[in-house]
Amino acid sequence: MDLIFEGIKKAFWLLITFDPEVMGITLLSLGVSGSATLISLLIGISTGVIVALSEFPGRRIAISLINTGMGLPPVVVGLFVTIFLWRNGPLGFFGILYTPTAIIIAQTVIATPIVMGITLAAIQQLPKKLRLQILALGATRLQMVWILIKEARLPLLAAVMAGFGGVISEVGASIMVGGNIKGYSRVLTTATVMETSRGNFDIAIALGIILLLLAYFINLILTQIQQRERPR
Amino acid sequence: MKRMIGTRIILWTIVSLFILMGSSTVLAQTKTVILSTTTSTQDSGLLDVLIPIFEKNTGYFVKTIAVGSGQAMAMGQKGEADVLLVHSQAAEKKIVAEGYGINRRIIMHNDFIIVGPSEDQAKIKGMKSASESFKKIASAKALFLSRGDNSGTHSKEKDIWKAAGINPEGGKWYQQTGLGMGQTLNVTAEKKGYTLTDRGTYLALKKNLGLDILVEGDAILLNIYHVIEVNPAKWPKVNAAGGKSFADFMVSKETQDIIRTFGVEKFGSPLFFPDAGKKEEELGSKRFLPLPLDGGGCGWG
Repeated sequence: MDLIFEGIKKAFWLLITFDPEVMGITLLSLGVSGSATLISLLIGISTGVIVALSEFPGRRIAISLINTGMGLPPVVVGLFVTIFLWRNGPLGFFGILYTPTAIIIAQTVIATPIVMGITLAAIQQLPKKLRLQILALGATRLQMVWILIKEARLPLLAAVMAGFGGVISEVGASIMVGGNIKGYSRVLTTATVMETSRGNFDIAIALGIILLLLAYFINLILTQIQQRERPR
Repeated sequence: MKRMIGTRIILWTIVSLFILMGSSTVLAQTKTVILSTTTSTQDSGLLDVLIPIFEKNTGYFVKTIAVGSGQAMAMGQKGEADVLLVHSQAAEKKIVAEGYGINRRIIMHNDFIIVGPSEDQAKIKGMKSASESFKKIASAKALFLSRGDNSGTHSKEKDIWKAAGINPEGGKWYQQTGLGMGQTLNVTAEKKGYTLTDRGTYLALKKNLGLDILVEGDAILLNIYHVIEVNPAKWPKVNAAGGKSFADFMVSKETQDIIRTFGVEKFGSPLFFPDAGKKEEELGSKRFLPLPLDGGGCGWG
């Protein structure tokens, strides 16, 4: 119990003194996971909408693959991304293994199916007649898609939160492709793992608390946007 | 107003994205050295002291990848690291013999110790021979926690089992954690079992563990760290100059002096003993143990 108390005290201390190392780690976590979420939104929402609105052979198989992807284990993603990015691997010429960019790539792979799967469900649950109605009113296909996305705003913001929540809390891929390099690719989760194995439980708890606070504030902002207008 | 919050967060994310991209390209331009090493050098905090000095002296950017010695050497063998700092004698000799590693040089040593609960149900406290104490643990079927991760510590543990003539695998009392040293010590403390650990990690974690040093001082328990450069002839993409520069730095007088005093302030005794230029055989015959410690006084700052 003392230990948890110590951890909370330490977290406050690190936050109010703006400890430069902890600030750097926190900002990096936010930047990396934010970027990964942003990229996964672009890919996930567009692909999700396309799959939801189109008919093609093997569609059910594609959808079940996407749904399975929502539970991709981060370590497996980390392993594959590492092997691809090895300097003697297929994408080695980029030379980006053990960089924040590599973490963004791995986290994008993790978040994209989550965003895609929720988008798919969100668009599919809209009444089919709505599409016809919008088109009948003279909208172009693109305008229709845009209206549908706006209509599915609530579940889509849930997709953002699920995607972001999935990657900011993930450790397996970050430690493998990022390498947990001090002052460079160390994020909140990998730092927590390291401090735990160093026996610095108070700092580990403090980092955990900072991670929770960060996730809470991001979700608070997203929830504000989501609940801005009450749905009809 | 509310709309502004939404725009602001998107802006924020984009800005941080650009900062990130910017910083990673800048760093990609300066030459990087990938150091693949064991967890004990990182968990003890030694590298946090040494690496900034090396970076300042040479302008290289060091990417320290702290994994078990087994994985560290696999990375060297695949040309995914430039220089290795490891402590797994047999595997080191193999990697050099196969030509993947070159210029293996001794850096420092400390020792392994056998730790366990103060109740010591297998009654091994004070024994002089590590293998004899392993025999007693096995015959008492007392819980033993193994790293089980091909690390230097794990391969040392296997050596001791071999010397004891026992195959512990499969016994209910023998469990493998598959975790790093720090985590394994925590599991051992929780389960009141025995384990083999390097002294440095044990000292760093001691205050939360409640485990005692039971066996120490046997020659087989010597823990020697070597630096090995990855052979660029095998892997042309290896940063050979950077790897050599780091290896040279590790054996330099300045570094050796830092190693000699590292940890004295925190733990009352050094965690490693510098050995550059010595021969491995010299170490075995001499007294290599750290001085006995005073009980308390090892808090983290």
